[in-house]
Amino acid sequence: MKPKYTIAISGLNAIDNPGPGVAVARGLKEAKSFDVRIIGFSYESLEPGIYMHDLIDKVYQIPYPTAGTETLMARMQYINKQENLDLIIPNFDAELFSFMKIAPELEKLGIRTFLPTEEQLEERQKINLPDFGEKYDIKVPSSKAIFEMSEIYHLTDDFEYPLLVKGKFYDAYVAYDAEQARDYFNKISAKWGLPIIIQEFIRGNEYNITGLGDGEGNTIAAVPMRKQYITDKGKAWGGISIADTQMLELTNKFIRQTKWRGGFELELMKTQEGDFYLLEINPRMPAWIYLAVGVGQNIPEALVRLAMGEKVPAYKSYEVGKMFIRYAYDMIVDIKEFEKISTLGEL
Amino acid sequence: MKIKKDIAISDSGFVFNPASGESFTVNSIGIELFNFIREEKSYEEIKDLMLDKYDTIEATFENDYQDFIAIMEYNKLIEDKE
Repeated sequence: MKPKYTIAISGLNAIDNPGPGVAVARGLKEAKSFDVRIIGFSYESLEPGIYMHDLIDKVYQIPYPTAGTETLMARMQYINKQENLDLIIPNFDAELFSFMKIAPELEKLGIRTFLPTEEQLEERQKINLPDFGEKYDIKVPSSKAIFEMSEIYHLTDDFEYPLLVKGKFYDAYVAYDAEQARDYFNKISAKWGLPIIIQEFIRGNEYNITGLGDGEGNTIAAVPMRKQYITDKGKAWGGISIADTQMLELTNKFIRQTKWRGGFELELMKTQEGDFYLLEINPRMPAWIYLAVGVGQNIPEALVRLAMGEKVPAYKSYEVGKMFIRYAYDMIVDIKEFEKISTLGEL
Repeated sequence: MKIKKDIAISDSGFVFNPASGESFTVNSIGIELFNFIREEKSYEEIKDLMLDKYDTIEATFENDYQDFIAIMEYNKLIEDKE
């Protein structure tokens, strides 16, 4: 008989810059090795996943990371009393650190996580990417963290325009001159704070790979994808699974050397010369994770099994040439549901 | 000259490179050329076959053939020269 797990996930914001929660939920619902009750964690009352009752069985609003880990832990204790959680899968970069901090306390309540270590999380930060590239012998674009706007006027000492202006967690814009760089500095810092990352602009095609490391240096799953349709926010709205051995080797090397624990996404740029540059490492499953499920590697399921202490065999293959095409869909929601999540913080 | 072994072409002329995820479409003559090259026919063999079948002259064929090859090379559909 299959076990039934109660698993909490965040990232229910299936919007134009989508969180991975809904896609993760789909993977979990399709898991063959267990049944699942899915608890959604939301931050805002209009996150679409809150209202997708066929995927998300119950939703609880949780405090923003800025509220601190004590507040978060208090909320987890309350939710656990109602739901008896087996596992939490946080799907936002910004909340990972908080969940890593409270992981030992969660463990005492019988709630598991399967997260990277603090060191792994720290060294893949955008600010640390050049050191990361050097340490692991992986090509990365040159980049620099800046804390003051005045530094923009000295960027040409190290960079040429165009260059990328990036937030520490999210957002990236191409700036063609200092004036644009200044505008983006203001826009991003107002939203995500400092520092702002200035990164060399690499021309090429965008490729991503999602994978799962077991924490001991083994690759449990890896699926590379080429972005086919990119939104104005730079997000893949369509993509296709590919068979690029160079990308798979790079992923194996990344997992082997860092002993990565958990799901991740590598964002790569392939130049016309065929060289891959690592632009970013996202320390969680991406919003397009359902493509991996669709091509035969149910990464959310494998992550749960690893978290439960099972020995999980590595996926050996996947279907090449399968596409995902995202779409927008209007749900009709009764105001009572919105009222409930807004006032009670539960639905 | 060899077309990379994983490159697939459908009957309708849809070419897919599974390594890069790129896809292309070629017309019916493109399909024929693609398949002749895949069969590793020589330039002379392909030229004779095409001139027999189509009402064209050698110079025109050579131009079009070289253009086709250049596009295939640009899109990395041909094995790198040793």
